[in-house]
Amino acid sequence: MPQEVHIHTYSNGLTLLVEAMPHVRSAAFSFSIRGGCAYEANDQRGLAGITLDLLTRGAGSRGNRGLNDALDALGLDRSESTGVMLLYLGGSTLSRNLAPALDLYADMLRRPHLPEEELEPARLLALQDIQGLEDEPQTKVMVEMRKRYYPDPLGRDHRGTEAGVKSAAIDQVRQFYERYVQPKGLILSIAGDVDFATLKDQVGRLLGDWPAKPAPEPKPSPDEPRGGHIEQELDQTQIALAYPSVPMDHAEFYAARGAVGVLSEGMSSRLFTEVREKHGLCYAIGARFEAMRGRGSVVGYTAGRPEKAQELLERTLHEFRRLADGIDDEELQRVKAGLKASLIMRQESTSARASGNSSDWYMLGRIRPLEEIQSAVDSLTPAKVMDHLRRTPPKDFTIVTLGTRELDTQINEYSDLCLSVSIRGQLLEKYTCRFTRTPCRMGCKSWARRTQRHCQRRSDSSFAPAHAMKWTANPASRTSSNT
Amino acid sequence: MIFKGTEKRTSLDVNRDFDRIGADNNAFTSEENTVFHATVLPEYVPQAVDVLADILRPSLRQEDFDMEKSVILDEIARYEVQPAYACYDRAKRIFFGTHPLGQSVLGTNESITALKRDQMADYFQRRYVAPNILVVAAGKFEWPEFVQLIERQCGAWKSGATGRRGLKETKGGGGVHAIQREKVSQEYVTFWAPAPAADSPERYAAHVLTSIIGDYTGSRLFWELVDPGLADSADMGFYEYEKAGAYIASMSCQPESAVSNRQKIVDVLTEVQKNSVTDEDLTVARTKLASREVRAGERTHRRMLGIGRDWTYLGQYRTLDEELAAIDAVDAKSIRQLLDRYPLTNLTTVALGPLEKLE
Repeated sequence: MPQEVHIHTYSNGLTLLVEAMPHVRSAAFSFSIRGGCAYEANDQRGLAGITLDLLTRGAGSRGNRGLNDALDALGLDRSESTGVMLLYLGGSTLSRNLAPALDLYADMLRRPHLPEEELEPARLLALQDIQGLEDEPQTKVMVEMRKRYYPDPLGRDHRGTEAGVKSAAIDQVRQFYERYVQPKGLILSIAGDVDFATLKDQVGRLLGDWPAKPAPEPKPSPDEPRGGHIEQELDQTQIALAYPSVPMDHAEFYAARGAVGVLSEGMSSRLFTEVREKHGLCYAIGARFEAMRGRGSVVGYTAGRPEKAQELLERTLHEFRRLADGIDDEELQRVKAGLKASLIMRQESTSARASGNSSDWYMLGRIRPLEEIQSAVDSLTPAKVMDHLRRTPPKDFTIVTLGTRELDTQINEYSDLCLSVSIRGQLLEKYTCRFTRTPCRMGCKSWARRTQRHCQRRSDSSFAPAHAMKWTANPASRTSSNT
Repeated sequence: MIFKGTEKRTSLDVNRDFDRIGADNNAFTSEENTVFHATVLPEYVPQAVDVLADILRPSLRQEDFDMEKSVILDEIARYEVQPAYACYDRAKRIFFGTHPLGQSVLGTNESITALKRDQMADYFQRRYVAPNILVVAAGKFEWPEFVQLIERQCGAWKSGATGRRGLKETKGGGGVHAIQREKVSQEYVTFWAPAPAADSPERYAAHVLTSIIGDYTGSRLFWELVDPGLADSADMGFYEYEKAGAYIASMSCQPESAVSNRQKIVDVLTEVQKNSVTDEDLTVARTKLASREVRAGERTHRRMLGIGRDWTYLGQYRTLDEELAAIDAVDAKSIRQLLDRYPLTNLTTVALGPLEKLE
């Protein structure tokens, strides 16, 4: 599929990315602004999201109602979201309506009213967003995990805190806008039935003379990651985990993606097959690569019945660790087929192309051609992935659990524990590991205790060893072509 | 159970054969259809058809069935803890009453526990006969070769009588019902009223009307509840089934606002029922729907589902341009006729959350 992305950076630092897709009738666009929740002051948590909300409540010659009606009249499906580093505004519509939509967005970015009377509704919505999280345990556990895994402010949740939202004042909103909504570093990415030259002129006219006022990037604190348990009465124990990997611009990035793919790409991947299909310990399970600029991580999620949650956690961790023992060519071939297919199938979506180009530009300062990604995936071999896993093995897990029962997460420290135990010459009797059926390398007490418990359970007739689960609507599967 | 293996493949083979060709595959069950689907690169169409066709002749083994039952019980529990879903499922039951559409797609603890393998196998024999199965492909493929492929894989499948008996509209259960869940933090409220069926020519008017009242931006409910921050979500959609349909509005908010918010929604519906909508409303809603229709048509997966839907409910293939023309033809007169035939105010209201009652 031919692919050409036009790039133009204006003198104020705003970059326009345009990818023409002549076979479609629609166009999608996104503005990425360097003003995410990482830029909020500690006592103003939630301010970035409130500012974003207020940007859409009146701008230029139009009030709240007028602006929203004008956007609606263009058949625009909008989306606005607050990220850690970036604020996003964008949408998609018929390509003939793109030009008037950009006129309206220029008003929102440069001439927002930020009206005081709209602050209260924005605050109320933000508060309900925070409270609504309590009814979504699957999301909440990931939010809590990120807070503990990333050094502040990188692990912040866009919802902010109740205190921050309640105390948000209109002056703070206006100040946040003045400081961070500016063109230096802003990316406008457009894909669809469009013409680069025309857009370059229009965007230049609308935003080219917008003065730049770059603000310093927030500095991550030296905080160490820490896991934890959050008590909440739930019928399912929620488990989230993360560990460091390589960043997107690293030579081993595709090897790292390949390794995660072995765990979680497709329904024959290890987590799905081993933990869900063979042991029936969960309905949803998955792992994926999470990229920030200069920083890559692998994050995982699963949930299961409280009485099985300890086993679920241990089997899940076992699959992560077992990666370093080897992967075979056939499973890597499947991962490669999946990665390549989703890459190509994603090409048909104007929104996916606009956001993919924007993300490449932000993360790497360039757009990776499709052929570059394809050939990087093609050239993956088990040896390359294993080399990467030897240098960067899954370890130092941050584990966060949510539910009625605290889990023993110390198992992720077992190699260190065993070392300290054996130094003191107190190595306990060896047990057979229930996963590998070989003598357990670990002699520490907690491991032995759990092994015993599970060994007993295995002999119990009620312990079904090979559950298989229904996978219709499997939340862990790819859905890129559905959205 | 369809994914649990065939004469040729174990369940693991099924997954591997999909993954080998990089298929994005899944399946879902709604009230009226079960859909097995895969999106693949054009060169893998034969392999994708090979697995999809094979799994539709499953082994249905007793031991797999026994395990699957316990998994479904898990799944029921998982959905029950999601208040928005639990509210919808309860409301559907109350609204449709004894009508078959009132049945939960997942089933209940009792129905799943009592189910026998032979009952399932009997269901399979009756429903998975050739005349009851539709194959849809969209994207880059050669039609004559595709037809041959299907003929080879599925030509020997058994025939049999299909169809459903006793299909009818519903009047709706009516009333205001509150289901108390003290540990839920928000209140979830849903409003149902009878609407046209999937094959009714009035369905386009129903889509336009519900967009005006309850689209996620710029609608009556948006301005009344979401923009002022009274509810974190409030929307309305039109749901079409065979010979029945429903307008469904949903809202979630802080429990203390639920009673007054409910009244505001009733007021909006009463006002539109009485005074209908403006020409400006109509223009905006038609533009929004047409814009979405065009963009959905650009995605092969969405187009595939659309074609399948049209063939199942209308028995015809409809082009994108025909759909756009039908949306464009909705005017003030068609909205008035729709409102007279299917009033918005014929409500069944169901709430789920910390409140004991909604009045």
